[in-house]
Amino acid sequence: MDAKTKLALEKQAVKIRKDIITAVHSAKSGHPGGSLSLADTLTYLYFYKMNVDSKNPSDPDRDRFVLSKGHTAPALYSVLAEKGYFSTDELLKLRKTGAMLQGHPDMKHIPGIDMTTGSLGQGISAAVGMALGGKLSGKNFTVYAALGDGEIQEGQVWEAAMAAAHYKLDNLVAVVDNNNLQIDGKVSDVMSVYPITDKFAAFGWNVATCDAHDFDSIDAAFELTKEKNGKPWVIVQKSVKGKGVSFMEDNAAWHGTAPNDEQYAQAMADLDKIEKELEER
Amino acid sequence: MADVKIATRESYGKALAELGKVNPDVVVFDADLAGATKTGTFKKEFPDRFFDFGIAEANMVGAAAGISTTGKIPFVSSFAMFVAGRAFEQVRNSIGYPHLNVKIGATHAGISVGEDGATHQCNEDIALMRSIPGMVVINPCDDIEARQAVFAAAEYNGPVYLRFGRLAVPVVNDKNYKFQLGKGVQLKDGDNVSIIATGLMVARALEAAETLKEKGIDARVINIHTIKPIDRDIIIKAAQETDFIVTCEEHSVIGGLYSAVCEVVSQSAPCKVVPVAVMDTFGKSGPAAELLDVYGLNSENIVNKVLENIK
Repeated sequence: MDAKTKLALEKQAVKIRKDIITAVHSAKSGHPGGSLSLADTLTYLYFYKMNVDSKNPSDPDRDRFVLSKGHTAPALYSVLAEKGYFSTDELLKLRKTGAMLQGHPDMKHIPGIDMTTGSLGQGISAAVGMALGGKLSGKNFTVYAALGDGEIQEGQVWEAAMAAAHYKLDNLVAVVDNNNLQIDGKVSDVMSVYPITDKFAAFGWNVATCDAHDFDSIDAAFELTKEKNGKPWVIVQKSVKGKGVSFMEDNAAWHGTAPNDEQYAQAMADLDKIEKELEER
Repeated sequence: MADVKIATRESYGKALAELGKVNPDVVVFDADLAGATKTGTFKKEFPDRFFDFGIAEANMVGAAAGISTTGKIPFVSSFAMFVAGRAFEQVRNSIGYPHLNVKIGATHAGISVGEDGATHQCNEDIALMRSIPGMVVINPCDDIEARQAVFAAAEYNGPVYLRFGRLAVPVVNDKNYKFQLGKGVQLKDGDNVSIIATGLMVARALEAAETLKEKGIDARVINIHTIKPIDRDIIIKAAQETDFIVTCEEHSVIGGLYSAVCEVVSQSAPCKVVPVAVMDTFGKSGPAAELLDVYGLNSENIVNKVLENIK
């Protein structure tokens, strides 16, 4: 990735983060922490990596993305809106009665959503089914899925991991967003999922790791996934929950809490500062 | 009624194999029960379109949801207990809520599973599946109906729950029978009482009607194969034209056909409705034929219910 592309993605990611904060503030509820930790990866996927077209969201040959950690819908909605799937005005109506943007992703009513998710552990199974469908139809699309690190406590994730390896789904790339925080506290305290990479390797997956907030590192990990050797890929990304908003960073309290007006102003000021630094670079 | 008896799970397997020939998009998933659910018949014909997911129903159901978004028509199979029971939330959230084109072929429903006992005898699946918005629920009564229901499910665009049994049951319908999704079938006219039955209880309802005829009671017999969406008209007509209704199902009295019929008549044509069903209890081990008698799922009990309630 050249420096210019990287800078453009960094700028885009700040915009996405502002959208996330604005949407969750407007909704007065939602999940900012995990949305912010995944923001860079989603920006990378939709603005750089994936073969998708907002004008043709149901193209059978498109790459797919499944947000298995469906509660971080504000991040996906922000990316889809900025990408042109629907108006950014919709973000202000998030979670409101009659709004298109539901609390969790709804494929029936939201353009660009490839799978309805929200109940943890289920999205990755759907991604397995999509990847199987791709293989069966002889199509070359890739299925990407993002899981939370707390989410992989769900047994269904490991059922899916077994099936993906068994059916040699090397057109499947899962990302585990490892911010080590879930609602009740640190993942390592609530119910340890470690070692994550060894577990996936033991289940027959190719494993890569990256820094979730460095586009060079993200790109290097996703570049590895181009190698098709009959095994699905997992990228375990080390991330910071609440990344980009000073008082939300690495704080489980911001898993599912919306900022009040004062906190909103502070969060936007933090993001303005990052944006300004990028502009001046 | 012909003497030949066929389990509807056998019909399911054969129909899938026939369907596979005419519809290349059909794929079949199973969870290590292909021999028992009879999806093995499809597997033999189309090994490339059959996927075993091992003993992992939750993932199988989710994967079926996913593959349906790529244009395939998955039939996902296991015992009713595990696909409707264990995987209920996956069916609800990954298939029902997005209204995906997935067909659930559930075999070994009800207590006629027999010797395996209560852990495997699902008397709650109709209640569970019926409560999911947009889910079609079909409980065929015999081989002919079961085979046609499989084709009808594939034609319909949306989630369908198909309920099949382990026990060989009489063939009620003749070869001219035409299955219509959502349409009840009046098998015998009568104006004293309406016996509304589903699944293997349809044959038993017809037997009961014969016995009642000998006693001078003219019973109407209706087969409700599609429990959702239910044929309201045929039920309202029965409520209006006969003295009362007896419902017959190999399912819990809670949430199944009895409930569905009561929901219709209580609003539109109030009348007495008497259940022949599994009366809010678990099953137990034993030969299927004996268990059906133990739980009152036989023509004698239907006759008794009619005699007890007739004016």
